[in-house]
Amino acid sequence: MENKLDGNAAAGNLEEIFPFEMTLAQATCAGCGANDVIGAAASYMHGMGTIIRCNRCDAALIRVAHIRGRYLLDMRGVCVLQIKEG
Amino acid sequence: MERRTLLGRLIWQLGEVVATQPETARTKSITLNLPGWSGHRAGQHVDVRLTAEDGYQAQRSYSIASSPEEAPRVTLTVERLDDGEVSPYLTEELRVGDKLELRGPIGGYFVWEAEMGGPLLLVAGGSGIVPLMAMLRHRSAAESTVATRLLYSSRSLEDVIYRDELDRLMKRSTMLEVAQTLTRAHPPGWTGYSRRIDLQMLREVAWPVAQRPLTFICGPTPFVETAAAILVELGHEPARIKTERFGPTGEKHDGE
Amino acid sequence: MSENFFSRGFRGRRKSELSERLPPGQYLERDFPVLSAGPTPQTPLANWDFSIVGEVDQPKRWTWDEFHTLPRETITLDIHCVTKWSKLDTRWEGVSLETLLAQVATAANYVIAFCDGGYTTNLPLEEVTEGKAWVVDTYEGEPLAPEHGGPARLLVPHLYFWKSAKWVRGLRLIDEDEPGFWESLGYNNHGDPWKEERYWGD
Repeated sequence: MENKLDGNAAAGNLEEIFPFEMTLAQATCAGCGANDVIGAAASYMHGMGTIIRCNRCDAALIRVAHIRGRYLLDMRGVCVLQIKEG
Repeated sequence: MERRTLLGRLIWQLGEVVATQPETARTKSITLNLPGWSGHRAGQHVDVRLTAEDGYQAQRSYSIASSPEEAPRVTLTVERLDDGEVSPYLTEELRVGDKLELRGPIGGYFVWEAEMGGPLLLVAGGSGIVPLMAMLRHRSAAESTVATRLLYSSRSLEDVIYRDELDRLMKRSTMLEVAQTLTRAHPPGWTGYSRRIDLQMLREVAWPVAQRPLTFICGPTPFVETAAAILVELGHEPARIKTERFGPTGEKHDGE
Repeated sequence: MSENFFSRGFRGRRKSELSERLPPGQYLERDFPVLSAGPTPQTPLANWDFSIVGEVDQPKRWTWDEFHTLPRETITLDIHCVTKWSKLDTRWEGVSLETLLAQVATAANYVIAFCDGGYTTNLPLEEVTEGKAWVVDTYEGEPLAPEHGGPARLLVPHLYFWKSAKWVRGLRLIDEDEPGFWESLGYNNHGDPWKEERYWGD
């Protein structure tokens, strides 16, 4: 019954914020060090916000809420984000 | 809203419904004309937003079924979920001439383009065929000869989406093989599989590991997880297996 | 471009029924929507415990069996989710926080509820005592289902439902307030549905 989806499913929410294709960016988990593209991470599209979680340790990599015309973005769970040019 | 427009990336646009086509008893294809469409890549999705007269809005994501070559026409195939809020509207209420608000294309991860090569393994469960069909349509329109295998699991023959078109695509290209399995009911004389996907089935259908296939799996969460786990067990590289899960209902619910 | 656009024939699933029991901005929901911000934890009851830690004289811990020796209450009340659904007359069974907190001595003013899966929510201590909050393990006479927070969840019905933390495993008592999972991401620190305290600044 849980609502686990792929990071790719959150692409629309992420595209509202990031000026590059975030699903192809590679994130290193600040918790366990796992390294994966955001599109392959787990995503939970909660009614209150979107949570992207590490596939290996389930830690929240990215949390996004969209509230009254502003975005709140918490990326404490990512220690390095690699973005390909182009 | 204004900032998004300035960025020019994700803009809500209105498309006109120019055709609807029932695919099965539960699924319908909706073709939109989108003059402002920037083009898409096979496998991408769109966000659809419905607005009631009182301003109430509901938003869902749907995979694009049509190939990029068909732009500015874009086709979505939607499965009706009985307790859904958006899919019953799209499959039962929306008709030719209506306008539908959407934004996209979205998602650069679950994407296949002919120049990415192969061999290609597509694994579909139920309406998970939709983004994979966009890949097959693109492959055909681009006259790609990338060796491609599709394993498609449905409940019964009546639930198979794009049945005739898959036959036609297969006849057109000797490099395309389609294997089907029916999990609940199969007609007399059925020559395909008639069980849920399992290790034996994927061993028979999947490309040899040494060929390093590109794999796309789409369907309900348990289906996707089973297929991906089996392929990894068979020795396929996890990084070359891309998955797209549908939620338990396929629709976003508002949580607590 | 589409400021005035509406979808012909679309009404949405919301019921238009009104009730004076609905806080402002809420609509009535008959189902019990489920959506989680993470995987559903699978803690075996043999490994489950509930603890009170932090600024206390002596930390306290109950196993599942010990928890079930505590005095229980049945509570029937309305719940209100910040995503705008409300559900009336939900029936729960569990142990009041009053009962649990009576077993420790503390000078703390705030509580952080912590959960399997890492979720947290913060509450002023005075908002969870005097029969305002419970740890419940039964919903409508049945063991609480995992998707609704089972084996046990917090129930703080006078605040938005994100405060009623699913899969709760304990309370950490603290002197200084600190925001929990949603409270740190734009959601109101207090969360009173009757005052529509949804977001920061409300």
